[in-house]
Formats: sequence, C-alpha cells, structure tokens
Amino acid sequence: KERTQIKRVHMNELAPAYRITNKEEVNQGLTKEQAMTEASRCLDCPTPLCMTGCPVQINIPQFIKNIERGEILEAAKTLKETSALPAVCGRVCPQEKQCESKCFYTQKMGKDAVAIGYLERFAADYERESGQISVPEIKIHNGIKIAVVGSGPAGLAFAGDMAKYGYNVTVFEALHEIGGVLKYGIPEFRLPNTIVDVEINNLRKMGVEFITDCIIGRTLSYDDLHEMGYKGIFVASGAGLPRFMGIPGENLIGIMSSNEYLTRVNLMDAANPESDTPVIKGKHVAIIGGGNTAMDSVRTARRLGAERAMIIYRRSEEEMPARIEEIKHAKEEGVEFLTLYNPIKYIGDEKGKVKQMLLQKMELGEPDASGRRSPIAISGKTELINVDEVVVSVGVSPNPLIPNSIKGLQVSKWGTIIVDQDTMRSDIPDLYAGGDIVRGGATVILAMGDGRRAAASMHQALSGKA
Amino acid sequence: MNKIIKKEYFSEKVVKLVVEAPLIARSRKAGHFVIVRVGAKGERIPLTIASADKDKGTITLVVQAVGKSSSKLCALNEGDYITDVVGPLGQATHIEKVGTVVCCGGGVGVAPLLPIVEAFKKAGNRVITVLAARTKELIILEEQMKTNSDEVIIMTDDGSYGQKGLVTQGVEDVIKREKIDLCVTIGPAIMMKFVSLLTKKYNIPTVASLNTIMVDGTGMCGACRITVGGKTKFVCVDGPEFDAHQVDFDEMMMRLSSYKDME
Ligand SMILES: Cc1cc2nc3c(=O)[nH]c(=O)nc-3n(C[C@H](O)[C@H](O)[C@H](O)COP(=O)(O)OP(=O)(O)OC[C@H]3O[C@@H](n4cnc5c(N)ncnc54)[C@H](O)[C@@H]3O)c2cc1C
Ligand SMILES: Cc1cc2nc3c(=O)[nH]c(=O)nc-3n(C[C@H](O)[C@H](O)[C@H](O)COP(=O)(O)OP(=O)(O)OC[C@H]3O[C@@H](n4cnc5c(N)ncnc54)[C@H](O)[C@@H]3O)c2cc1C
Ligand code: SF4
Ligand code: SF4
Ligand code: FES
Ligand SMILES: [Mg+2]
Repeated sequence: KERTQIKRVHMNELAPAYRITNKEEVNQGLTKEQAMTEASRCLDCPTPLCMTGCPVQINIPQFIKNIERGEILEAAKTLKETSALPAVCGRVCPQEKQCESKCFYTQKMGKDAVAIGYLERFAADYERESGQISVPEIKIHNGIKIAVVGSGPAGLAFAGDMAKYGYNVTVFEALHEIGGVLKYGIPEFRLPNTIVDVEINNLRKMGVEFITDCIIGRTLSYDDLHEMGYKGIFVASGAGLPRFMGIPGENLIGIMSSNEYLTRVNLMDAANPESDTPVIKGKHVAIIGGGNTAMDSVRTARRLGAERAMIIYRRSEEEMPARIEEIKHAKEEGVEFLTLYNPIKYIGDEKGKVKQMLLQKMELGEPDASGRRSPIAISGKTELINVDEVVVSVGVSPNPLIPNSIKGLQVSKWGTIIVDQDTMRSDIPDLYAGGDIVRGGATVILAMGDGRRAAASMHQALSGKA
Repeated sequence: MNKIIKKEYFSEKVVKLVVEAPLIARSRKAGHFVIVRVGAKGERIPLTIASADKDKGTITLVVQAVGKSSSKLCALNEGDYITDVVGPLGQATHIEKVGTVVCCGGGVGVAPLLPIVEAFKKAGNRVITVLAARTKELIILEEQMKTNSDEVIIMTDDGSYGQKGLVTQGVEDVIKREKIDLCVTIGPAIMMKFVSLLTKKYNIPTVASLNTIMVDGTGMCGACRITVGGKTKFVCVDGPEFDAHQVDFDEMMMRLSSYKDME
C-alpha cells in the first residue's frame, strides 16, 4: 500500500542555538500540507489499536481522517467530544507510551507510528487560530451550585463538562493564577500560557466562575462550601508537595526543589528583570531526577544562562520516565546526562552556598517492583563535581491540606484520596476527586479523564439517574 | 484584589494597614499569616495577621519596610487595592495560661510579635515584653506593646533609649529577677539564636516564630525549609512557630541570605 511508504512527518522546531536564548515554544507545529500528508498514513484500522492506548479513548482514526480530507474544524470537533484540552494534550501527552505505542505501524510493521499527538495539536491549534472556536451552547441552566477545588487539568475538565450539563460551577484556586501545573510547572517553551488561557476563557464564556487566592481547608472549609449552597464538590488539588532526598547539605543555598525553581520562573516570571521575585541563575547547574519535571528544570537552567546544565539520574537513560521528545530536546540544547550517578552529599562554601556535590556511581541490578532495573551503588566509586545550583526533582507527594481538613475522608498510605475508580466518588457522598490527588504524580490526560468521569457520575447522581 | 480601608503610620518605616478580607477575617487565629502580592510583577511575601474584625470583614497587617516588596506595600494608601491576599496560613499559636511569659522581639520581628503578646495577655498571663533595636529611632510599636503587656523593657545597642545592651541582657535580667514559664522570640535569626541559647541555659521553654523566605506558603515549594531537631520542616505549614531549642539557627541565617545579592 502506498500510504505505508510515506515517512513520518518531522515536527518543525526552533534551532537549539536560538531557542536557548529565549522562552519561545520549541515545537512550531505542522503546516496544513504536512498534517494532511501525515494523516494520509493512517490506515483507518477496523479495530484501531491506537485508541486502546489513549486514556480517554479519543476517536483517533475519525479525527485523523477528517484532517486527511482537509476538514480540520471537523477534526477538532471529534477531539473535543472526548478531550477537554486537545491543544494541551497534543503538546504534553507521552504519546510514545500511549496512543502511538499501540499504532498498527509500531505494533505490526515495525515502522514509526502515525504522529497522532502532532495531528491532535495541529487540529486544535487550527481551530483556535481560525477564530471559529466552538463554545458549547448551554441550553438549560439547572441552578445547582458545584464547587471545584484546584484549577489544574482535572479541575478544568470537570468544570467544562459540568457547565455543559447546566450547573453553576465555581473553581477555587489557592494560587493567584488559574491552570495548576500547566501554568506554574510546565514551562512556556513547551506549553505557552496563551494556549491554556484560551481554554480558561472558553470556560468563562460557558459561565464557569474562577476564584483565585482561596484555599479550601483554610480560607473556606468544606462545611462553608455546604453553607454556601454547593451540592457537589470535586477535589482536584494535585500532588504539590516536593520530596527531598534527606542527604547531608541539602539545605545549602542554591539547592531547591523543582517546584520552587519552576514556580519562580514560570508563575512569578523571576527571570524577567521587571519581576520582583528573584531566582538564582547558576552557571553549573545539576538537576536530580529523570522525569518531565527534571527535563523542564534543566532546559530552564540552560535558558537562564547555565554553561553546564546536567541531569543526574541514578538509573540509565532507558529507565527515564521523561517523554522521549523532552530528552531529545534537552540533548540538542547541550544538556549533559550523567546517568547511573546518585548524589550522596553537598558541600558548601564559607557563606553556605553549594559549591560541590559528591556523586555515587551506580550500576543496574535486578528489576524492582516497578519493573525497572534497580540502581545499586558501586562501592568505593564516587566523584566530586562543581556546582553552584542544584534542583531536586525526585518526585512529589499529594498535598495533605484537603485530606487533613475533611473529617472522615479515606486516604491511602501515600496520602492520596481513595475514590471509586469508575465514579471518582469518595466515601463522602457529595465529594468526588481526581487527578494527581488520587493518582499521585500522573499525567495531564489522566487528570483530565478523571475530571470528565467525575462530572458524568456526579451529574448522574444529582439528576437522580444513579 | 483587597481594598485598604485604613492606613496608619507607627513610624517612618512601619505602617498599619486595615485590609478588606472577609473570608480570612472569619477563619484566622492568632499566629496565622497571609501571603500578599503587590502589582502584576509583584513578589509573594508573608505577613502575620496582627488582628481581625469578623463583623467588618477586615484584617490588620503591620508592615515594616525592609526591602522592595515590603516598601511597595507600605507605599499603598487608603482606597488602594492589594493585588492578592491569601490565607490564613500556618499553624495557629498555641496560646494558654502558663504563668509568666517573656516576649522578646527585634527588627522585623516586632510587628508579628504584637498579636502574640496580645493573645498571651488575653489568656491571663503575666506578659513582659522586651523590645530591642540598634538605636532609639528604630524602636517601634512601644505604645501598642505597653497596652498589652504588664511591663515593657527597651534595649538599645547605643543606649540612646531604655537600657544599653542587647535583647539577651534584657531577658536575662528578667530571668534572674523572677520565675519565667515561657519565652517567645521573634526577630532576626541571630537574635533568636542567642535568646534560645540563653533560655536553654536556664531551662526555660522557648518558642521562636521563624521568618524564612517563602513563595507559595502552602507547602508546595520548600523555599521555607529549615532543620528542627535534625529533621527538615517547612515553616509555612509546620510552623511558623517551633521549639527554639531544636532549631538550627545557623542554617536558617544562611538560607535567609539566599537572594541577598539580588534584592
Ligand atoms: C514540571 C512538570 C512537568 C510535567 N510534564 C508533563 C507532561 O509533559 N505531560 C503530562 O501528561 N504530564 C506532565 N506533568 C504532570 C501533570 O502536569 C500532572 O499530572 C497534572 O497537572 C495533574 O493535574 P491536576 O489537575 O490533578 O493537578 P494540578 O495541575 O497539580 O493542579 C492542582 C491545583 O490545585 C490547587 N490547589 C491545591 N490545593 C488547593 C486547595 N486546598 N484549595 C484550592 N486550590 C488548591 C493548586 O494550587 C493547583 O493549581 C508534569 C508535571 C510537572 C510538575
Ligand atoms: C511567617 C512570617 C510572618 C511575617 N510577618 C511579618 C509581619 O507581620 N510584618 C513584617 O513587617 N514582616 C513580616 N515578615 C517578614 C516579611 O515577610 C519580609 O520582611 C519581607 O518578605 C521582605 O521582603 P522585601 O522584598 O521587602 O525585602 P527583601 O529586601 O527582599 O528582603 C529583606 C529580608 O527579608 C527576607 N525575605 C525576602 N523575601 C522574603 C520572602 N518572600 N518571604 C520571607 N522573607 C523574605 C530576606 O531574606 C531578607 O532578610 C514575616 C515573615 C514570615 C515568614
Ligand atoms: S489525548 Fe494523548 S494519548 Fe489520547 S490520542 Fe491524544 S495524544 Fe494520544
Ligand atoms: S492504529 Fe495507527 S494506523 Fe490504525 S487507526 Fe490508529 S493511528 Fe491509524
Ligand atoms: S513557602 Fe513554599 S513550601 Fe513553604
Ligand atoms: Mg524581596
């Protein structure tokens, strides 16, 4: 078949030497021609395996065939049937582990998968830039008040669906900005704030109300929400607590969590001279960890002028949880990968600023519970390297604020809220939860899927259909 | 956006702001703080809630201008709006009737000390307040402290007002004179360190309210972390008050200077 002979499209990107001087989005998107050609690779499989790899089962062949026919706005509509934030997911989904890993091309032909993520982004961007964004018409307002705690992807997706069903939705956000990790975590060069803002404005047009600087469990209690007349509450407060390693010297000046580093740069715009918030711009910067957060931090460090920006990871590159594209981009940008190294100690100067770190050389042993080969220290093999800034990116835990402030809420030993997997309902009947507060650290699309499922089941419960 | 209802000068660099914040006024307790941001490019800075009026829906902040962000806030006038005010944050002060309490503060610590002095007095304690500064002009809130304390002792480094000497001298004089059940200290880390060393010698339980650098104030970033009893704690959620005898003040002092050359 001719279709299968076409090569997978390449994403148009800014050149590495240029992009490390600014925060412009690295991926420039596909042209319509590129997108239509790529779409023509899709075989419209009778049993599309790709869909089994998408956590929200987007109708992939249908939206791709719309693109192939040049009916891009139709493609966007198909996406929106299942995904609340296609422009976001097309950019940040780990496609190679999800939809694209299940594509017929990968599974059966040993070829590159159809670029589902790129196409998804293309359709969503096309719709937005066309100025013909469809804001769902809300036919019936039922007057029932619903509260959402947290404005990350889970909260936004939930709010959108509930508004469509006709509810009066209020989203409470602890920070001064809406968007959760999409704003304070994922950097501009990967997900521009304007993309997120368009989605938020759509929700506003649908009548969703946003209240910033309001911490549920602090400013307002769960009981207050009841008194205010809220009939259903969706908790999407994320997994915001940074973990540290607990090694000597970790509290020296210049050592911080990736949450602090990224929040300063993304939320507070600290790299901008006009911002009142300071940020350390190290020359020799080490990032500890191998996830998306680590890649975002190390690439940020390069953009803030680091001559040496290093990833320190205790396993090998193969085990890294970060998206392959982020690893590729980081390498192109001159990031050094020190794999099979683990920090064991930091050393400071007379003022308490970190100046060196001691690294333990590791090797891979047997696979552990996560299925990844576990790292083992090679005794006696250590190295000292010079650093003036260290970003610790070894994971996050769920924020205990909500679980601690609501009596009787069931929480797992990891601090996640326990819910029914199908309905997202907790054992408190009017309280639902989803996203990272339920899953620990997960992904945007999973958080969004949770929000949508919670909306469907809360709607059912409230309209007496359950 | 929170409106400033009233502004009053306590001294050239210290202002009292009464701010509209009905939800915070309702839920706050002594010892809680808020995070405030002034302007679109503003920094998030923590400030203790000095007092609140539930009926009027206001909170009172006492702010000392020490750098860029606190100065910006102090420059706002009645009728102006503060871009963001979020809270109440932190753990409330543990207030009970213990007997005699010495409250000592210096520098930036005097403002957040006031609500604590008030609360201990209200709980029926004998409260002795020791205020310290380099020189006479820098002594603030003396009148407010007097209204709420059984005795106020002033210490200046240069002897231009009150007694000449450091805060620790003032506190030690009291300790030698009568039985002290609790000491509360807020101020520069170096001051709290020496107060803590002193009271440890006399075995007096001591609480220090720590003013570390913060960003979010909700436990999300770890900027505020310090070591207490050998363990890392987040001041914004675990504190701001800790057993002073367990706090690693040297580390705290070091961390406070993180951005010194940038501010
Ligand atoms: C740097 C970084 C990069 C990432 N990269 C990717 C990626 O490339 N692809 C991907 O799929 N995933 C990625 N992730 C993970 C993904 O962002 C998260 O899984 C997702 O954002 C979780 O969504 P959420 O809605 O559950 O929570 P969040 O996005 O964390 O939002 C929670 C919101 O709730 C607010 N909140 C918390 N408590 C309260 C309260 N008590 N009251 C009011 N508001 C409250 C918080 O301030 C926050 O805004 C990344 C994460 C980080 C940190
Ligand atoms: C829980 C808590 C309660 C406080 N209550 C009060 C109060 O009631 N009244 C009052 O006047 N001050 C209070 N402070 C101190 C106040 O937050 C700082 O003075 C202010 O942040 C300084 O910011 P700046 O930009 O004006 O000064 P800068 O020039 O930036 O810094 C001056 C000093 O403040 C420290 N500092 C800088 N940024 C921050 C930050 N974001 N958070 C904390 N400290 C910082 C610096 O290390 C430096 O020592 C409190 C601090 C904490 C942690
Ligand atoms: S949402 Fe993510 S997983 Fe689903 S099709 Fe789109 S890119 Fe693939
Ligand atoms: S599996 Fe691949 S080729 Fe088949 S429908 Fe899905 S994207 Fe198209
Ligand atoms: S200020 Fe961010 S964790 Fe305390
Ligand atoms: Mg400052």
